[in-house]
Amino acid sequence: MSVPYAKLPAWAEYGLIPLVNLVVAFLISGLVVLIVGESPLEAAYHMINGAFGRGEYIGFTLYYTTTFIFTGLSVAVAFHCGLFNIGTEGQAYIGGIGVALACLAFDRTLPWYLVFPIAIVGASFFGALWALIPGWLQAKRGSHIVITTIMFNFIAASLMNYLLNKVFKPLGSMSLETRTFDAGGQLPKLDWLMSIFGLSVGSAPFNISFLLALLVSFGVWVLIWRTKLGYEMRTMGHSPAAARYAGIKEAKIIIITMMLSGALAGMMALNPIMGEQFRMQLDFVQGAGFVGIAVALMGRSHPAGIIPAALLFGMLYQGGAEISFEMPSISRDMIVIIQGLVILFAGALEHMFRPAITRIVLGLSPKTSDVAATKGA
Amino acid sequence: MELFQVFIELAQSTVRVSTPLILAALAGLFTERAGVFDIGLEGKMLGAAFAAGAVAYITQSVMMGLLAAILISVLLSLVHGYASITQRGNQIVSGVAINFVVAGATVILGQAWFKQGGRTPALSADGRFGTIKLPFADSLRDVPILGQVYSDLLSGHSPLTYLAFLMVPASWWILYRTRFGLRLRAVGENPGAVDTAGISVIWLRYRAVICCGILCGVAGAYLSLAANAGFTKGMTAGKGYIALAALIFAKWRPKNILFACLLFGFLDAFAIRYQGYAFPLIGKVPVQLMQALPYILTVILLAGFIGKAIPPKAGGVPYVKER
Repeated sequence: MSVPYAKLPAWAEYGLIPLVNLVVAFLISGLVVLIVGESPLEAAYHMINGAFGRGEYIGFTLYYTTTFIFTGLSVAVAFHCGLFNIGTEGQAYIGGIGVALACLAFDRTLPWYLVFPIAIVGASFFGALWALIPGWLQAKRGSHIVITTIMFNFIAASLMNYLLNKVFKPLGSMSLETRTFDAGGQLPKLDWLMSIFGLSVGSAPFNISFLLALLVSFGVWVLIWRTKLGYEMRTMGHSPAAARYAGIKEAKIIIITMMLSGALAGMMALNPIMGEQFRMQLDFVQGAGFVGIAVALMGRSHPAGIIPAALLFGMLYQGGAEISFEMPSISRDMIVIIQGLVILFAGALEHMFRPAITRIVLGLSPKTSDVAATKGA
Repeated sequence: MELFQVFIELAQSTVRVSTPLILAALAGLFTERAGVFDIGLEGKMLGAAFAAGAVAYITQSVMMGLLAAILISVLLSLVHGYASITQRGNQIVSGVAINFVVAGATVILGQAWFKQGGRTPALSADGRFGTIKLPFADSLRDVPILGQVYSDLLSGHSPLTYLAFLMVPASWWILYRTRFGLRLRAVGENPGAVDTAGISVIWLRYRAVICCGILCGVAGAYLSLAANAGFTKGMTAGKGYIALAALIFAKWRPKNILFACLLFGFLDAFAIRYQGYAFPLIGKVPVQLMQALPYILTVILLAGFIGKAIPPKAGGVPYVKER
């Protein structure tokens, strides 16, 4: 769909509009806090303090950030190709199989720095595999990707429930999880990184997969904006008709994009499984895949936007835990509301404030407003 | 005879489990036939279930609860409508957003108002839907086979269940035999043509979305006022998505929706009853497989291996009058 609005300068397009959407989402969340009978300002204070007040809190915030960078990138890569991958949740869940297998097989024989690459490959492989089927169905059979990926989330949940019950659970254990990994299956914490800033990571599970997330973000930027494949993906996303005319193989690009998206989703599993719990538990993804949708929308599908957006949601998750501790009537479900509102305003209603903002911004610089007027915006 | 007894019991629970699915799938039918995709069925149902549970408890009136459920669900529908019809936003994104907002808000508000960990207080008999006993249900029970079918299977459900089953032919009639329905379906296939005929695409789509809200509201009210005695956190538990799957499985047709929902409901009822039961020849069927079966079947259908599910042509595309 072409955008029937005048072009805005980059700072407004990528800074002001997301900011306005975010502020509206937060204002409405504040309203909910008021309805519940608490002070929104106090809640905001606890949130920021809980997210950044201490080295340990920052460690937790960055731990969540890591998870959301992966899922955000996963959704974003698919967005670029015009595909809406709601299945990031399920792909991350299945990706856990790869991590768990690598750790269970090698944690007693190899050091972590050898197990880690194997786990990365395993996570991406299983994540990509789970995205391959919806991708293939979309490309070859025309099944709507949104519906199939939703279905695959549920199938993944059932499958993992079965596998943890029948395959991964050690004999005699009651809880649905693998055995705890030995040293080879445990990622080192980034306490050295924190101590550069004079902070202590404490008990926070802030681990090396954060660096992987940053590296992968850079990789995604290169892929999307600096390679032929990325160009083809973006062309597909912009205009499938133009892509077909240019001789781009539609089916191939869709399948590859979905596999990349699934692989990125799968890598998310490294963080909680190898970095925090040192075992694979039931439902370890905990909705991070859906947060990825909000992160990708907020970050405008660009790694440079996704990282701050992931940090924002990391702050919400860690700070939200702190709010629920200080203000018992506001449980962590508050984050789910904020997440939904961000998706609503940054995604579905992204054009709501655009005409007003366009008028104000372009009104500031008279030259451009003439252009807008002749365009009839 | 024992086998027959089992059959009756299974059929009975199938009807109970299918009721909210039928209502929600019909709700989806109305919007999707008008060209507005809606994956927010789950959220609307959940919001409605909460409103029903909360208001029925406060007023001690089941009708007030039902009205509140419909009101909330319609309001949520209008948000979806505003985003996807007026603002021409992405319909999928809007649906996802509504699901999240409701999932969080019901827990937060429920905890703030009732302090029972996100559930609403248990309803007394006045606050819920009772069951309707069809005439002569007791006296006819002794008639072999038919008597039992009549008194145990057909009789003794909540009024909302009868409403749900009645809504199937009613929806068919509205969509296929009235002017409104004809236009509604046309707007989902070729909105340009409808617009040319001088009918407002926007207003038609809004009405479709409101119909969806009403039906989702009833589905939600069924969950907290008939199937259970009050609202519990996340009580829709994916039923909105199963309804969506049923809608697609039914290829967007009312009659098929009935069968798809009964099939998915039966799978559910069967899975609950035969959990861990070893069948002759097959052995134990993992309960997880039974749970995943509706989704697997839908994917297979979508893949075009059992006929082809063709969505309304203008589905998911916002209507732009002119450039």
